[in-house]
Amino acid sequence: MPMANPFQSFSSAVGRDSNVREHKQTFDELYGEPENFLEVDVINPITYGSQPSNMYTDYEIVCRTNIPAFKKKSSRVRRRYSDFDSFRKALQHETTRVVIPKLPDKSILTYSQRFNDDFIEERRQGLERFLNMVAGHPLLQTGSKSLISFIQDDVWDKDRFV
Amino acid sequence: MFKSPLDIELRLDGEDTRETVEVKSTKGRKEKLSLYKDGETVKGQVTIRMRDNKKVEHTGIKIQLLGTIEITNDGVQADEFLSLAHELASPGELRHPETFPFEFRNVEKSYESYRGINVRLKYYLKVTVSRKSADVIREKELWVYQYQDPRGEEGDSKTANTNTNTITKTTTTTPPPPPPPPSMVKMDVGIENCLHIEFEYSKNRYSLKDVIVGRIYFLLVRLKIKHMELSLIRRETCGSPPNQKSESQTIVRFEIMDGAPVKGETIPIRLFLGGFDLTPTYKDVNKKFSTRTFLSLVLIDEDARRYFKQSEIILYREE
Repeated sequence: MPMANPFQSFSSAVGRDSNVREHKQTFDELYGEPENFLEVDVINPITYGSQPSNMYTDYEIVCRTNIPAFKKKSSRVRRRYSDFDSFRKALQHETTRVVIPKLPDKSILTYSQRFNDDFIEERRQGLERFLNMVAGHPLLQTGSKSLISFIQDDVWDKDRFV
Repeated sequence: MFKSPLDIELRLDGEDTRETVEVKSTKGRKEKLSLYKDGETVKGQVTIRMRDNKKVEHTGIKIQLLGTIEITNDGVQADEFLSLAHELASPGELRHPETFPFEFRNVEKSYESYRGINVRLKYYLKVTVSRKSADVIREKELWVYQYQDPRGEEGDSKTANTNTNTITKTTTTTPPPPPPPPSMVKMDVGIENCLHIEFEYSKNRYSLKDVIVGRIYFLLVRLKIKHMELSLIRRETCGSPPNQKSESQTIVRFEIMDGAPVKGETIPIRLFLGGFDLTPTYKDVNKKFSTRTFLSLVLIDEDARRYFKQSEIILYREE
């Protein structure tokens, strides 16, 4: 049995199939926009309220994508930390196969600092990392109903998904 | 500590000209062992010298050629599949150095020598000088290779002989038809709506000195791929169900693509097997263990998620 000559091209190697298709890339495929374009950013934290009892901070989630699993090609919504928390719980219920990453710190030790600029910035970064990991996951993109809603719906209704 | 009163030297005939194999020992060092084939005679000489020139009494000297399979499974289990012995001397006294020639004729060596993760198959000579106190023993390991016909399964020589016996003298013998050329292995794999690739390679059966020629064609890429690797994995399975244990070892890992591919891209594969420490595919050796080799394609995305496809390749040793 002849051994494949190491310097032969693949198409003339041993055992050529009669129905081998020629795979040529089109111009669009070479230079066009890739099909996996997904940008998710968590930016622009704003703190509302005047009294400590009614103060809270929310963040803007900006999404730009061409992945068909997402409803819109671009979206801009606002969410607060507790929304992220309920979203994470919903995700855990939706999948047994995927390990959902943790959110940035929620402990009571940080409670008193939660309107401090450094704390908000650290939290923003952590939320962005969390959302990127979750949005980029192929099984969640196609399998989770809560993911696309959380990122793109104007209003997040946690009761729909728990 | 009592040192043995004897020095035993084991020499094989033609050791200097015989082919050797370099094998990694358990301590990580490399040993050179003499190579023997199935059916080959194993012969040589045993020279016994006394230390301190004192005469030594013994109850017999013998030499054995043993083949064993050792399985490490919370302790070592050794199973002998080959055991030949020759008596070198009957009970007596050794007063001066003596040399004993030995010959094990046309020894059938059905399996290849193998050093794996939990399994070891070895052939070795063992000289035993029996004494009323402790026996004095000397061992010497040999290495055995088994060669296979590239066309078929192992050991087809017997069936070929029976065919010629049944052909009468009046008809002309026609050679067996050439085997069909091996066909390409082609796989369509992926994740629904996220990734779809065509994984193709030349055939599923390779000699240890062969080349794997193939390609990966991307039909759909909705993931952010960072790079792609191709590995060869050896999986050793020992025992029989329900107590079967498998352990894998990555023999080589290559990065074959760096960066994000797009739809329509083709990545070529060319893997020269001769450069690696590969083991032929062993199926159920002495009903004790198997060794299989897998080609593993792994894609890694930007979040370090790994997507993989493993498929078995049959390896054989060609002469």
